[in-house]
Amino acid sequence: MQKLINNPADAVLECLQGYELAYPHLIRVHYDPHFVYRIDAPVQGKVSIISGSGSGHEPLNIGYVGRGMLDAACPGAIFTSPTPDQYLAALKKVYGGVGALYVVKNYTGGVLNTELAMEMAAEEGFQVASVLVNDDVAVEEKANRRGMGAAVLVEKIAGAAAEQGRDLDSIVQVARRASAQTRSMGVALSSCTSPSVGRPTFYLPESQMEVGVGIHGEPGRRREPLVHAAEVVNIVAQPIIEDLELKAGDMVLAMVSGLGSTPQQELFIVFRYLHQLLTQLGVRVERQLVGNYITSLDMAGCLITLLRLDPELLELWDAPVRTPALCW
Amino acid sequence: MSQEITLAQLRRWLLAFTDRIIQQELYLTELDAAIGDADHGTNMRRGMDKVRQRITDENAPCPDVSTLFRTVAMTLISSVGGAAGPLYGAFFLRAARGTNNGAKSITLLQLAQMFRHGLEGVQQRGKAQLDEKTMIDTIYPAVEALEQAAQAGKSVADALALAREAAEAGMKHTIVLQASKGRASYLGPRSIGHQDPGATSAYYLFETAAETLGQEQA
Repeated sequence: MQKLINNPADAVLECLQGYELAYPHLIRVHYDPHFVYRIDAPVQGKVSIISGSGSGHEPLNIGYVGRGMLDAACPGAIFTSPTPDQYLAALKKVYGGVGALYVVKNYTGGVLNTELAMEMAAEEGFQVASVLVNDDVAVEEKANRRGMGAAVLVEKIAGAAAEQGRDLDSIVQVARRASAQTRSMGVALSSCTSPSVGRPTFYLPESQMEVGVGIHGEPGRRREPLVHAAEVVNIVAQPIIEDLELKAGDMVLAMVSGLGSTPQQELFIVFRYLHQLLTQLGVRVERQLVGNYITSLDMAGCLITLLRLDPELLELWDAPVRTPALCW
Repeated sequence: MSQEITLAQLRRWLLAFTDRIIQQELYLTELDAAIGDADHGTNMRRGMDKVRQRITDENAPCPDVSTLFRTVAMTLISSVGGAAGPLYGAFFLRAARGTNNGAKSITLLQLAQMFRHGLEGVQQRGKAQLDEKTMIDTIYPAVEALEQAAQAGKSVADALALAREAAEAGMKHTIVLQASKGRASYLGPRSIGHQDPGATSAYYLFETAAETLGQEQA
C-alpha cells in the first residue's frame, strides 16, 4: 500500500485536523463525536442543512460546509456511515431554531443511522426532516438505487434555499425535486485501496473496466473491455439519458466527477464527449462541474451525473456559495 | 428446564463474542471485500473494543440482564456506524425487552424469547426477510431452533448446540443466495458464490453462546 498516512486507524482524525488547519476562515471541527460545522453556526432563523457519509469521499461532505450549503457534515469511518450520536451532536451545534434537513444517501447504513438520529432528535423536540438521494441508474430497482453525485447537487440547492430564509417544508420540497431530477452512473478503471485493508478491494486486469460502480470500492454491475473515452461516455451516459427521458429542448446541469485518482485531463476529455453527446440530442448543458467532487479514495474512473434543470433549480444552483470545495 | 442462565454467564458470553469478532476481524473484512466495501471486520472490531471496555468497567457495572443488553446495544449504535451498528443495536435493544427489569438470571425459554425479540428488531430496522443474504439468514433459523429446543425441554447445552448448528447452516446458505438487501445487492448476480459477512458475524453470536452458556450448564 502506497499511501501518505501514518496509522490507518488515525487516517480520518488526522485528515480532519489538517482540514481544520487548511480552512480556518470557513469551518470548525468538533471531535468525538466528529463533525465539521460552518464557522458562524448556528445561524438563527435559518433551517440547518446537515449531511454525512463515510470518509474517503472527499470533498464530500466536509468540503461542502459553509455559507450557502451545509451547516454541518458528519464524517464516518472510511466508507462507513456516521453514527446517530454524530448526527445528533451536529444538529445541536448548528440548530438555528427553525428546523433541520438531513440529506441522506441511499445506503442501508446511511438510512438506518439517520433514522435513529431523527427519532432521537424528534424526542428532544427538534424539528427534523430528510431528503433521500438515490440517483444511481446502474441499479435497476429504483427503491434500491444508491446515492451518488446527486448528493453534491441536492446539498447545494437545499443550502441555497435555506440561505434565502425559506421554511423547512419549502426546502424539503425543492430538495426532493432536485433529487428526483438527477441520475448518475459510474465507471472504474481500478479498485481503490482502503487503508485498513491495505490492498485493492478487487482486481481489475489491464484493458478491463467495471461499469456501474458505486463509491465504496465494491465492484460494479458488470465487467467489460475498456474502450475509448468517447465510447465509455456513451456506455455510462446513455442509461442516464434514457432514465431521465431527456429530450431536445431540456436543459441540464452536468457533473463529471473523478473517483480519486483520475487526472483532470481525462475528466475534461470525458466532459467534452458528454457535452457533444447531449448537444447532439438537443439537450442544453446549462451548467457544469468537472473535477473531483465525490470520490472513492484512490479509485480511477469517473461518475457522470445529470440534473434536469428548471428555472428555480438553476437560480438556487447559481446562488452564492462559500465552502472549501465549492465557491462562487 | 429449570436451569438458570446467570448474569455473569451472559456477560462471559458477550466477552467471548467480542473476542471472536476481534480474532476474525480480517476474515470478516475479506468476506466483505468480495461483495461489499471491505469494512465489516474493522467496524465490528471498533464496536467490540468499546463493548469490552464498557462491560468490564468496574465503575459502571451492569446490575441486571436488561441493563447489560441495553448497554451493549447503545455502545454498538454509537461506535460501529454503517448498517451493522443500528442492526446489532436493534438486536440487543429488543432482546433486552424479552426479560424483566432487574432480573439477575433468565431461563432457557426466556433466552429464546429475548433472541426472538432481537430477531424482530433486526427485521424491522433492516426491513429484511429470510433469503436476502443478510444476518437474518443466520439469526432466523437459530432462533427457531432455540425456541423449539427450549419448548421441548432440552438442556441449555443441547438447545444452544442446536441453535449453533442452525446458525451455521443459515450462514453457509448465504453463499448460494443473490443479495437483495445491503451493499452486496448492488452487485446483482455477481453476489452469488460468496458468504455474507453480516451472516458470518451473526454466526459468532450463537457459536460463542454454545461455547460459553452451553458448556457451563452441561
